[in-house]
Amino acid sequence: MHIPDGFLTSATWVPAWLLSMGGIGYSLKKASQTLRERMIPLMGVMSAFIFAAQMVNFPVMSGTSGHLLGGVLAAVLLGPYAGAIVLTCVLIVQCLIFQDGGLTALGANIFNMSIVGTMGGYGVYKIISGNSGNRKAVLAGTALASWFSVVAASSCCAIQLALSDLSPLTVVLPAMAGVHAVIGVGEAMITTVVIGFVLKVRPDLLYGLPLKPTNESSFLLQDENLKEDAL
Amino acid sequence: MKRKDILIGLMLALFIALFLSPFASTWPDGLERIAASKGFLEKGEGKNRIPSPLPDYKFPGFKSEKLATSLSGVLGVLILFGLGCGIACLLRKRKSDHETRIH
Repeated sequence: MHIPDGFLTSATWVPAWLLSMGGIGYSLKKASQTLRERMIPLMGVMSAFIFAAQMVNFPVMSGTSGHLLGGVLAAVLLGPYAGAIVLTCVLIVQCLIFQDGGLTALGANIFNMSIVGTMGGYGVYKIISGNSGNRKAVLAGTALASWFSVVAASSCCAIQLALSDLSPLTVVLPAMAGVHAVIGVGEAMITTVVIGFVLKVRPDLLYGLPLKPTNESSFLLQDENLKEDAL
Repeated sequence: MKRKDILIGLMLALFIALFLSPFASTWPDGLERIAASKGFLEKGEGKNRIPSPLPDYKFPGFKSEKLATSLSGVLGVLILFGLGCGIACLLRKRKSDHETRIH
């Protein structure tokens, strides 16, 4: 849902730029307060992974494709602030180097995917999964938040299109939300598989979970990590 | 994060860029599809405000479109790995500067 140049009127894209700059400025401030040393390479890996995954469009219905957004994936591992920064980096590189999404529309794209998709998606994840670190709760929260993030981001995109008089809101909002409700199922599947894998091999990489072991296997794993750290 | 984990993550991203991205669906995405059906797709054609070095993920000088896409993907993965680590380092530095000032 990368909006190109030419779609949005300046009465839409200028406020969108201001809103997203405010949101990213706040994220940078919050992320600098919460960032841990071990999150530095993780931010690099997540930026690279989400960029690559966004290149792989999958067919969702006859003649229409979709691709991973990655906002909830980034936020579950890095938290909402560093997650939003990662998504913004991906959008900036896509816009400046690969002409994917317009420069005037970049503010709107950051607003939809980094602020609404990533930070909003993280809010839904946190509400559903809670703070227990329970595997089922984490995965259920991840799946539902991933689906929600795509539908919410595409709905914001539809509102911006309607504000630019491209199509009435009553037409474009159900159309965008409808297609992205299907794309969101793909988003939920990919994100849940990746988070499920990380939860199995490196549960300590998930953001904001209690570090105390929840079962025997994660206890052993953390024990090994402690040993490695000590060496 | 240990060196091994970083390498595995980076290798996975490179694998997706090299071997999966050339086989991505070429059908229009949700927004393009709706823009076409509601008649406003042409409003975005030829309106780019800035020239991009690799428009549409096509690395120049290669006859094979699949290879051109793969190489664009690899380049993007490397740029984003650097950018992600770089910004994280700057944020981390700001944090420690702040801590030094307090103590």
